[in-house]
Amino acid sequence: MGKTLAEKIWNDHVVHSAAGEPDLLYIDLHLIHEVTSPQAFDGLRLSGRTVRRPDLTLATEDHNTPTIDIDKPIADPISKLQVDTLRKNAAEFGIRLHSLGDIEQGIVHVVGPQLGITQPGMTIVCGDSHTSTHGAFGALAFGIGTSEVEHVLATQTLPQAKPKMMAVNVEGTLRKGVTSKDIILALIAKIGTGGGQGYVIEYRGSAMRALSMEARMTICNMSIEAGARAGLIAPDQTTFDYIKGRSHAPEGEEWNRAVEYWKSLYSDSDATFDVQVDLDANSLSPFVTWGTNPGQGAPLDSIIPAPSDFAEEGARNAAERALEYMGLQAHTPLKSVKIDTVFLGSCTNGRIEDLRAAAEVIKGRKVASGVRMLVVPGSARVRQQAQAEGLNKVFLDAGAEWREAGCSMCLGMNPDQLKPGERSASTSNRNFEGRQGKGGRTHLVSPLVAAATAVRGTLSSPDDLEG
Amino acid sequence: MKAFTSHTGTAIPLRRSNVDTDQIIPAQYLKRVTRSGFEDGLFNAWRQDPEFVLNQPQYKGATILVAGPDFGTGSSREHAVWALQNYGFEVVLSHRFGDIFRNNSLKAGLLTVILPQEVIEDVWSRIEADSALAVTVDLEAREILFADKKVTFELDDYTRWRLMEGLDDIGLTLRNVESIARYEEKRPSYKVKTLPVRS
Repeated sequence: MGKTLAEKIWNDHVVHSAAGEPDLLYIDLHLIHEVTSPQAFDGLRLSGRTVRRPDLTLATEDHNTPTIDIDKPIADPISKLQVDTLRKNAAEFGIRLHSLGDIEQGIVHVVGPQLGITQPGMTIVCGDSHTSTHGAFGALAFGIGTSEVEHVLATQTLPQAKPKMMAVNVEGTLRKGVTSKDIILALIAKIGTGGGQGYVIEYRGSAMRALSMEARMTICNMSIEAGARAGLIAPDQTTFDYIKGRSHAPEGEEWNRAVEYWKSLYSDSDATFDVQVDLDANSLSPFVTWGTNPGQGAPLDSIIPAPSDFAEEGARNAAERALEYMGLQAHTPLKSVKIDTVFLGSCTNGRIEDLRAAAEVIKGRKVASGVRMLVVPGSARVRQQAQAEGLNKVFLDAGAEWREAGCSMCLGMNPDQLKPGERSASTSNRNFEGRQGKGGRTHLVSPLVAAATAVRGTLSSPDDLEG
Repeated sequence: MKAFTSHTGTAIPLRRSNVDTDQIIPAQYLKRVTRSGFEDGLFNAWRQDPEFVLNQPQYKGATILVAGPDFGTGSSREHAVWALQNYGFEVVLSHRFGDIFRNNSLKAGLLTVILPQEVIEDVWSRIEADSALAVTVDLEAREILFADKKVTFELDDYTRWRLMEGLDDIGLTLRNVESIARYEEKRPSYKVKTLPVRS
């Protein structure tokens, strides 16, 4: 019987298998950041263990790092201690670290792909649920907890129970102004935040093939928001072209051998998926969230639902709580919702194509009065590239703030936070209560919607802008 | 990890669905570099409300959290597990858990038990009627006992054995260290390395 893409990668990484036990999988790449690693390194020291493969490990500073005054010491002493702890651990165990100020620093899921370190057919883990991002390259990539971080550091393996397989088929062509962010938000609204639980999602179909690598990363990034630990897309020429020439891409004969293997990475025509979900790309429109979980979303040109619109009691209660927290009235148009802050960035939408798309909308226009727009590139390289293209000037001329790279307001571990009651349109991945700052209210949007919203001050698409 | 065989305690009803790990412990509390001291951050935003169930005196000292469906979705932060343990919880019951949270809990020795939603509702109404009701979670028998009820739950044999023995996962894996070495010898040379740094 045929195998799915994820099963092929899985089988190629089994180190040890025994009946009644989880498979022991080899891990090709372990990404590390400052928040979920300190206790793991402590664990190694306590048990006298070491890092088995520093040469398959890469660390960056991203969650806590400030996005202004990065040449000065980190002002928050607790954040500083956490970053200093990572630096000390990386030095002690011989791990490559890209620190604040380094040109390769940035959000860990932006840095891997841009270095060419993320490649098809790999197993990739990180103590961060958005590790699924790397699945865009046809890699099996998933988030792990700190106990597992320690396990991978010590053994370069992880015991894993085999997941179930879900195919998400997206056929058709996206209309102008509709992006991969809208695909994933619409999917999560359709299957719910628990819909992917226990599954690896493979995104398939003509709409996927047509997407750029960066757009594919946006989709795989939010697999976890549908409950799936991993999401992936079969590699193709788009993938190979993206990797070729990057600093850690294979070279010469090695490149040919690698591509030959990568070309075998697809789901066989007779492979079976435990479940299939279809989505029609032709009918999609810009999508936004109105509630406090990523499944509570709707087309931008629709109205906010009422709790009574939901048949199931749990969903009804959740909608009621969400509307109360969000300070929204049922059955009002989403486009009438007024925004205080626009955040453009994160591992979901902080790449160069995202900045280009938003800049094109905002060019020659102004951020509405009373609205703050924060532009935070996903990495120092993205920032450098954007500046080379003059995008920083476009944003600054419009009245937006041009910041240094990091996770920033996606989760507000650094000073970039919403104040209680403030409302954001955010290109990030989570609209949980208080995620962007205590009492803050988040609407998840695409970079195009973010830019148009900044100009009008209410949730908007580029079509709503004049001339 | 402490071995877990059976636990009896009082339980607290958390009648909310989709409790993500940002609610269990907000990001601002993730800056510690130790595994302890996270109890202050547990459900921090909700605990500001005196009506919130954790603030109700009759549930003080409860060691079993009975949660709505989709508990622990979102971020991979194991700090969510530590916060629950630091606060004093030994067991969480729910109809459905976030995958990574569940994995983390079973690695760190917090027993997460999946039960039908009707059972959760039943436990909720009984502990709301009598907060002193003793609930027993018997891992050996894979049973929950409360009032005169006995409900079985599923957990794979391997995880159950590991929890009951209190075994260190890394120690178990290192028994296969020769298999790991053999696998490494066969890895193709085109597989990427992070070192030496290339630019």
